[in-house]
Order: sequence, then C-alpha cells, then structure tokens
Amino acid sequence: MSNTSTKNEHFQDHLMEHHHKENFFTKYIFTMDHKMIGKQFLITGMFMGIVGVMMSMLFRLELAYPEQSFPILEFFLGKWAPDGVMDPNMYLALVTIHGTIMVFFVLTAGLSGTFSNLLIPLQIGARDMASGFMNALSYWFFFLSSVVMIASLFVESGPASGGWTVYPPLSALPQAMPGSGTGMTLWLISMTLFIVGSLLGSLNYIVTVVNMRTKGMSMTRLPLTIWAFFVTAILGVLSFPVLLSAALLLMFDRLLGTSFYLSDIFIGGEVLSYSGGSPVLYQHLFWFLGHPEVYIILLPALGISSEVIATNSRKPIFGYRAMVGSILAIAFLSFIVWGHHMFVTGMNPFLGSVFTFTTLLIAIPSAVKAFNYITTLWKGNIQYTPAMLFSIGLVSTFVTGGLTGVILGDSALDINVHDTYFVVAHFHIVMGLSAIFGMFAGVYHWFPKMYGRMMNKSMGYAHFWLTFITAYGVFFPMHFLGMAGLPRRYYSNTAFPMFDNLADINVLITYFAIIGGIAQLIFIFNFFYSIWRGPKASQNPWRANSLEWTTPVEHLHGNWPGDVPVVHRWAYDYSKPGYEEDFVPQNVPLAEGEESGH
Amino acid sequence: MNTVSIIVLIVLAILTIVQVMRISEISSSIQGGKDNQVSEKDNDTQGKLLLLVGMGFVISVLVMYWAWGYHSLPAPSSEHGAEIDSLWNLSMLIINVVFFIVQPILFYFGYKYRGKKGTKAVYYEHNNKLELFWTMVPALALAVLIIWGLNVWSGLMMPENEEEPIVIELYAQQFNWTARYSGGDNQLGYATVHEIGGANIVGVDMEDIYSSDDIVTKSLHLPVGKPIKFEFRSQDVIHSAYFPHFRAQMNCVPGSKTYFQFTPTVTTAEIRQNKDVKNHVEEVNGIRAAKGEDLWEFDYVLLCNKICGAAHYNMQMEIIVETEEEYNAWLKEQKTVAETL
Repeated sequence: MSNTSTKNEHFQDHLMEHHHKENFFTKYIFTMDHKMIGKQFLITGMFMGIVGVMMSMLFRLELAYPEQSFPILEFFLGKWAPDGVMDPNMYLALVTIHGTIMVFFVLTAGLSGTFSNLLIPLQIGARDMASGFMNALSYWFFFLSSVVMIASLFVESGPASGGWTVYPPLSALPQAMPGSGTGMTLWLISMTLFIVGSLLGSLNYIVTVVNMRTKGMSMTRLPLTIWAFFVTAILGVLSFPVLLSAALLLMFDRLLGTSFYLSDIFIGGEVLSYSGGSPVLYQHLFWFLGHPEVYIILLPALGISSEVIATNSRKPIFGYRAMVGSILAIAFLSFIVWGHHMFVTGMNPFLGSVFTFTTLLIAIPSAVKAFNYITTLWKGNIQYTPAMLFSIGLVSTFVTGGLTGVILGDSALDINVHDTYFVVAHFHIVMGLSAIFGMFAGVYHWFPKMYGRMMNKSMGYAHFWLTFITAYGVFFPMHFLGMAGLPRRYYSNTAFPMFDNLADINVLITYFAIIGGIAQLIFIFNFFYSIWRGPKASQNPWRANSLEWTTPVEHLHGNWPGDVPVVHRWAYDYSKPGYEEDFVPQNVPLAEGEESGH
Repeated sequence: MNTVSIIVLIVLAILTIVQVMRISEISSSIQGGKDNQVSEKDNDTQGKLLLLVGMGFVISVLVMYWAWGYHSLPAPSSEHGAEIDSLWNLSMLIINVVFFIVQPILFYFGYKYRGKKGTKAVYYEHNNKLELFWTMVPALALAVLIIWGLNVWSGLMMPENEEEPIVIELYAQQFNWTARYSGGDNQLGYATVHEIGGANIVGVDMEDIYSSDDIVTKSLHLPVGKPIKFEFRSQDVIHSAYFPHFRAQMNCVPGSKTYFQFTPTVTTAEIRQNKDVKNHVEEVNGIRAAKGEDLWEFDYVLLCNKICGAAHYNMQMEIIVETEEEYNAWLKEQKTVAETL
C-alpha cells in the first residue's frame, strides 16, 4: 500500500512537470492517452460509417429502380455509372465495400476501439492502458488501413467486388471480375494492416484488465462493459490471426502463383496452371474468424447496454453472474459454430450436424441475456435519455434478429434460404442494428465523459425514433423477399419474372433506407455542435456508479488528480435500500452492517 | 447558379438550426432547468412513445404477414421438401410465439416503468429460479428443433435409395448452366478442364468408356417421381445451384465435385394449375402487362445463388418436370456426345 502511494506521488510530480507542454502534435497525433485514442477511433469510425452508409443508399436506389438513370449515381460513381445507370460490377463493389467497412471499420474498430480505450482504464481504476505506445500504434495501423481501403475506391479497375467475404477463386482471378485486380490487392493490404492494429489493441486490453484493476476491483465487481470488452479482446486475439493467414495465403495465390485455394480452372479461354488447392479451405479459415467476429461486434454493444440500462432503470442489472456466464458461454460457442456459414458447400454431412447442434445452443445464453435485460426494466424508474432509448432498441433488435437465427442455424432449413434476403435481414437486424444501436447508446451516454459537454437531448430523441422506425422498415420486409426465394447480391431481379411482384417491397425498403440515412445527419450535427457549443456537463450527469464518473470533467493524463479510487462494492448498487440517493458509487465504503454481496 | 443556391440554402438551414438550439438552451437555463437533463415530462413522453411505436411495429409485422406472406414460395415440388416445410412451419411457430410475447412485454415495461418523481426502483439483483426457468424453456424447445432438424438433414444428405437414382451433372460457368445426362449406362464419363475446347464445353474425356453416351443439354428435363442424383462442377469460380421450388441448394466448387439428390413430385404442367402459382402468375402478369412486357408462364427455374461476377443476377436455366414417357421421348431426341464431338 505504501508502495502505491509513493508511486502516486511520483506520478503527481510527473503531471506537474509535463502537463503544460502540449502542442497540437503531442496532443492529437502522437498522443498515448487512452481517452484521446478512444476519440480518434470514434471519429475515424464515424467517417468510415458515413462512407459505408452512403454506399448503401446508392445501391438501394439501384435496387428499387433497376437499370434506371439517376444523375446522382453518375455524380458519385463517374465512369461506373455511364448516363446515370449503375454498372453491375460497381453494384457488387459497393455491396462489398459497404460490408467490409461496416463490419470491420465501423463496428469492430469504431465500436470496440472507441469504448474499450475510453472505458477500460476509467472503469477499472487505472491511470492508462498497460502500454500507451502499443495503443497509439494500434490506432495508427487502423488509420493507415482505412486510408488504403478508401484509396482502393479510386483505382482504375474498381475496388474489391467479390462480396465482403472475398471468396476465391472469384477474388483471386482478375479475369473473373475487374474488382479482383488492384482493388483486391489493396483490400488485402488494408485488412492485413487492420488485423495488426486490432491485435495490438486487443492484447493491450487483456493485459490492462488482468493486471491494472484498482484495489478492491475484483473480477466479480467489474462493470459488465469491461467483461464484454475483455472477452471481446480474447476473441479477437484468438481469431484474427487466422484471418491474417487466410489473407496472406490468398495474396500468395494472387501474386506468387501458389495453389492454396485454386484448382482446375478454365477461364478467359484458357486453362490456368493452378492445381490441388481448395476454395473451401479459404472459407473454413475465413469463418473461423468470421463467426467470432459477429460476437466481437455484438458483445461490446451488449456490454454498453447492460451499463446504460441498469443506470437509467435505476436498478441493479438483473442476474449479474448469469450475464457474465452468458458472455463467456457465447464466446466459447462462437468458436465452434463457423461451419453454419458453409452448410451448402458440400462439406461432410456429419460436420453439418455438429455445427447445427452447436449453433442452436447459442440461442440459450442469448435468450438469458434478453430476458435479464427485460427483467432489469421491471419495476424500474426508467430515465429516458437518448442512450436508454437506443439500448431498449438494441434489446428489441437482438430478440427479433436472434429468433431468425434458429431457422438459419438449422442446416436442413438453411438449404432453402441460404444466401437469400432472409439472411440479409437476419444479420443486419441481429448484428448490424444491435451493434450500431449499442454504439449510439455508448456515444450519447459517454459523450460528457469524452468532451465534457452534453449532447442535445431533443435531437437525440428525434435521431432515435427516425433510426428505429426506418431501420426496421428497411430490414424487416427483407424476410419476405427471402422467403420468396430472392437471392442476395443480385444487381437486379428483373431477369426472373417470378420476382416481379417484389418490386414494390424493394421500393418501400429504399424509401426507408434513404430517410434513415439522412436522419443520421441529425446525429452528426448534434455530435459536432455539442463538442464545441453543447452545455457544460457536470461530473456525474447520469448519477451513475462506475468509476469513470469520479474523474474530473477536464481530461488529464492519469485520469485522477489524487489517488486512484479504491473500490468497495459492485457497480450496480442502484436504489439500494438504506441509502437516500438512488445510486451508490463503487468507491463509497460499505456502511456499517452492509453486505457487499460481491 | 442552381448549385450555388442549393448550397446557400443548406448553409442557411444549418445556421437556423444552430440559432434555434442556442435560443432553446439559453431560455431553458434562464428558467433554471438543468440543461439536457431528462425531465419527468421527457420520461412520460418517451415512455408513451415507446409503447406506441413499439406496438405499432408489432402490429406492422402482422400486417406484413398478411400483405406479403403469400409471396412465399409455393408448396414444395420434391419429396424431401415437404419435410423441410413441416420443420420450417414448426420453427416459425415457435419464433413467432416468442416474438409476439417478448416484444410487447419489452415495450410495455418501458411504458409502465417510465420514471416518475418520488418513486424509487426496486432493488432486485437476481432470482435463480427465474433464471433457471428461462434457461430450461429455450433449451427444451431447441432440443426438439435440433433432434428433428438433424433427422431431416441426414435424410437429405444420406438418402436411402429404393431404386437407383438417375445421375445428372450440372455444370456451372460464368454465367450459364449446362446439364450432362449420363445416358444408358447411368455413369458420367470422366471430364476435366483440360479437355475443354470447341463444342466440348464441359470437357468430356472421350477416351473414357462411360463418355460416349453422355448427353449435354442447355435445359434441364426431369422425370417426375424418380430420384435424381445431381453432381455439380464449376470451371471458374464458385457458383451455387439453387432450386427454390424443390427446397434444394448446393455450391459448385471448382476443383471438386459436390452432390445433392432429390425426387421431383410435381410436373411443370401440374404446378401451373396450383392455386398459389396461378395467383402469383396473375399478379406478375398484371404488372408486366402494365409495363408492356411479355406475359410470363410459370416454369421451374435454376438460379445461381453465390456471387460469381457481373452477370450473376442473370445466370439461370429452365427446369421442366414431366412424366417419364415425355422425359424419355425428349431424351431420345438429344444427341449424345459421341454424335456431337
């Protein structure tokens, strides 16, 4: 103990010496402060999000009015939309890059990167991440990878277009589609950089959570946000290297003429010399990351919502241990279900059975989480901040989207809806919407912590309602397209008269998509306006228990001006009997005769 | 000029919003209200909105089932398809029951427990019995679905044949399908990309003794009531042979062969008389007539369902299911590879 306080004194001396010497570069570029790095991830993620959403609005326009001319398409796409009619190759490119950007750049780096960095040290009572340098490096790898990905949009032959999963041989052979040329090479380089950045970040999060918790912060007292970030980081460390190897082998096949994934190919009038490889090998490697990736995206959003729902219901989160248990169960199962993406690849039917079994098991911990959220609301005193609305929205989409997983996880049923719009509906609702709602909830909730100011709540409400309604309006009808047998990634469904009667639904979806996309401007405006002009935040505006609200509003390196707080209780003593206030922060010592229970 | 005025308009609009926000913030701080803190009135409004919009969503789902449910594929035209559909119906029943219970509860709780001054939430940490209950109920429901699902799956993948299935190859390339019938010996001749050239589009090796009676066609005729074993190949990228009306799908993977077997049960002539199909055709033809397009007659169709390049959306082949006599007559008219190569 005496050792720690000496360290603290040293630290304070250190602060005094260096605090005034910041300039633009040290503050914004070479910063190793976790709070600033979190903000860097958020702003970069938001920029990528705008690009990704705009792409989806362009291809939605095309899907509603196939092969019709729109000057706006020519404005954005130039030679890829001659006379305003989108080229089929460009359609596939937009779908591919939209998927890549949303999955990796927005919902992995933007979500995990922002909130793990911001909250892990603040909520466990640490002065910074274990390695500030590695942390900064992690952001700059991500930044570089974003630059490469954006650059790939501008190459002559177009960006990668083989779908966000970039299955070879389509992605390996420039003869198969123009996007598999330089655009694909840049895609692979970008993803390689991305993975390096992600690994550096994840290792740091794990080490920090394991080693740097403040006195009294046992694992069972951690806020559920930290549990979620911690388990997410473990998933990332175990699965991203596999994607790295998949990407490297694909690069070898493309550039060095190896045959890991290619065999017996006749294309462009000639037989290629590849022999002995298997495209299905790539799919195994890809989905070994790809499925945990779903939970890398989802768990942080669930963690954020646990915190937001408990705080704003003014109640303890219901079933804390069950919540932790289900995070762990989901994480474990996520590693043994990847084959459900491959039921129709011709893999051994026995494997299909195993993957069906493990996949459907995931429904159990997921159901536990959903029911626990709902019970947390029960007999609460719900404070409707915009963050709370988004968290309730998350519970709704998590249930809606999770349920259709019961169909898709069942190999016998998957056969007929595999790769149709039913799948598009399922994963956009359960993973896309839930994660983006969780991210919005996080931004609204921790904005005062990030910028010391409050976001405008009326605009927050408008943003939520427009987003919630249009999001369901876009994705729910897609179930019906899928049940009618409409495959995904079709540039247009005019080639099949059997789909003609679905055209109206497609138009409706596009209206919702465009309104929903434009509604995000409210958020972006509110965000940037509030950074500079929002009203000043108080230290603990939501009257929450976790440690980040014990730090001063003004940021400083090291987070706490004095000693790091000591923790005496879990993070969920809301409305505890015996206390006048309806919250008891974690650093408040137990009253006489009070039991912590955790 | 036009562009400039639009830009000016946008800038003015933003400035207006900024000013309105400043005014609202200043006026609320004059009234002594805490800025952007949630007031009791907010809780009331948002709680009610949540119930309203939430229930609106739940009701709109019912409306969608009613308005679009009939777009779903008609009853399956294959033996195993009936089993898949029964399992599908049970699964849909279960998930709809959960959906229509859980969503209303969520929105109702959001409304009912909206924050009010002077109330305090109940301190309720956990309840093991309750949690055990909602672990066990999904587990039981899933056990049923898993057991039944695996049964259907293994029946599909490892069919027990009472009679020898007819072997037909489906060959995929960017962006069309080719069928190869195995002929009198019911054995496909060896084929490889190295033999592709001229008329030999699927690369049949004529040295192989099974090759000469193979028949290569551009449309797929199937006899009703006979098990068909499909072998799938691709020469370039991955394609997926998707037969939605038969509840069948299998990827075509370059470098290896994949298989799927099913028995068609309804001929093309019969399904055109199906009530659902007739309604579908009528609706589609109404739309097509209005646009001045050719009218459509229902046909089974094979689609490509794995992204394969620019014309992926138009990679298709007609499927005709007919009586055994019709099928045999059609097959007799086709030329074998020995005659064409």
